[in-house]
Amino acid sequence: MLEREVAKRIFAQEYNESNLTFKESDDQYAPLYLLTPTGARCNRVFITGTLTEKEDIGESAEHWRARVADPTGVFTIYAGQYQPEAAQMLSLIEPPQFIAVVGKTNTYDTGEGIITSIRPESIQVIDAETRDRWIIETAKHTLERIAALGNDDPDVTKAKEHYSPDLEQYKQMVLQALKSIGTRQTVEEKPEKDDAEKVGFEVMDLSKT
Amino acid sequence: MVKDIAEQLKSRFSEMGLDVPLEDIESKLDELTNKFGVPVDEAKRSVVSQYLKESNIPRGEFYGKDSNPVKVRDISSEGQWVGLKAKVIQLWQSESDSIAQVGLIGDETGIIKFVNWAKSARPLVEEGKCYVFKNVVTDSWQGRFQVNFNKNTEIQEIEEDIEVGSSVEDITGAIVDIQSGSGLIKRCESCNRALVKGSCGEHGKVEGKYDLRVKAVIDDGKIVRDAILNREITEKLTGITLDAAKKMAEEALDPSKVVDVITEQLMGHYYRVKGPKVGRYILVEEMERAVPVSDGDIQDAIAMAEGL
Repeated sequence: MLEREVAKRIFAQEYNESNLTFKESDDQYAPLYLLTPTGARCNRVFITGTLTEKEDIGESAEHWRARVADPTGVFTIYAGQYQPEAAQMLSLIEPPQFIAVVGKTNTYDTGEGIITSIRPESIQVIDAETRDRWIIETAKHTLERIAALGNDDPDVTKAKEHYSPDLEQYKQMVLQALKSIGTRQTVEEKPEKDDAEKVGFEVMDLSKT
Repeated sequence: MVKDIAEQLKSRFSEMGLDVPLEDIESKLDELTNKFGVPVDEAKRSVVSQYLKESNIPRGEFYGKDSNPVKVRDISSEGQWVGLKAKVIQLWQSESDSIAQVGLIGDETGIIKFVNWAKSARPLVEEGKCYVFKNVVTDSWQGRFQVNFNKNTEIQEIEEDIEVGSSVEDITGAIVDIQSGSGLIKRCESCNRALVKGSCGEHGKVEGKYDLRVKAVIDDGKIVRDAILNREITEKLTGITLDAAKKMAEEALDPSKVVDVITEQLMGHYYRVKGPKVGRYILVEEMERAVPVSDGDIQDAIAMAEGL
């Protein structure tokens, strides 16, 4: 049985700086991996952030493009007819709102460079608490990867050869993300949990019409 | 080569009181290996099965009582005759007459489901006691391995206590998927299997009885597990009782309303789950929202970054 891919935790900045994809076999169903500068091998990711913009760019059918900001940058997500649940959620959620996205990595070669995006499997409205936890978790996983860059793991070697990552830069990225948690809590009010749930209920009512 | 094997089989058959002409065995083996190009082991197995079937002898008797002793972790294929030294961890309620007992047994390396079939007429085991099981057969059901008892299974209680290892998993992670078959489901009254479109895999179209369960995928960014929440845990965690779920489905005229509400609650949020691990599944015994992050957590992470 095919093992389910673990959902990796990556900050937007690192995700967007990734441009190396590979497969482990020639099989057309073999999973496609995106290797990030700190050596994370991603096929599925779990990200959280603030939905800041959404737009239906579809011509005949709905096709949503949305921007989800974390403290380091912005993820781009695309949901069309093959991601019906995620597309429906996007049509209903109004930015700004904290959301969690589980999705597959996606890359597009413009000819001048690789653009990364996420094809969502699911999107949910979350609260600030869940987002804070994600930031800490993603920070820790990123730091562990940075610390492991000295090892001779094949993925690490590949990442080092391809990106020659500047460790200090990624360390600063992590610190910036961590420090944003405290700041945000003092500067803004945490969104009421009730609000998040209200959106949820609207979603379900509409789904029945 | 064929001749040697044929003689081997002939003598084993006669030990069992079965008189089979050597030439018969030889010509069957010869046909399979030479005419059909079947590997020797498979040819041997095929011939043995044929004679055993004709004389109604269970395979275990032919292959002897010395089934290969293994550890739970090493069980990775079906149809193997094995022996286990294990502790009975849990007995499940079986409403099927064909099953005398069903539950979980475990050793230092893991836990596995066992089925004690009624027709095998084996002694019953007790929860919490340790046994040596000889001649059990590995099997798989829906991607999970299990062991089945049969007429040749020997069950012997032992005094020593087995420390069931790596059995309980404790993981904190995000719920990244709620799988189909979650929410308000129906089970077959006779075998307790979940119905698919009103049908039981074993008993066909049945009325069924309602149950509540959740199959949630929990992922901590390093490992991913399927957490199985039974009715009790589901009710406690979601606050939706089985009765409330039935009412919810009735009012919405849609049984999937329940799983929608549960998905809404759990997806994308962090939970801590604890329970015995069986293969890639965790049979959840405790589940709660992960404790909120504290300033201390943030400071620890900052210190970790600055220490690099």
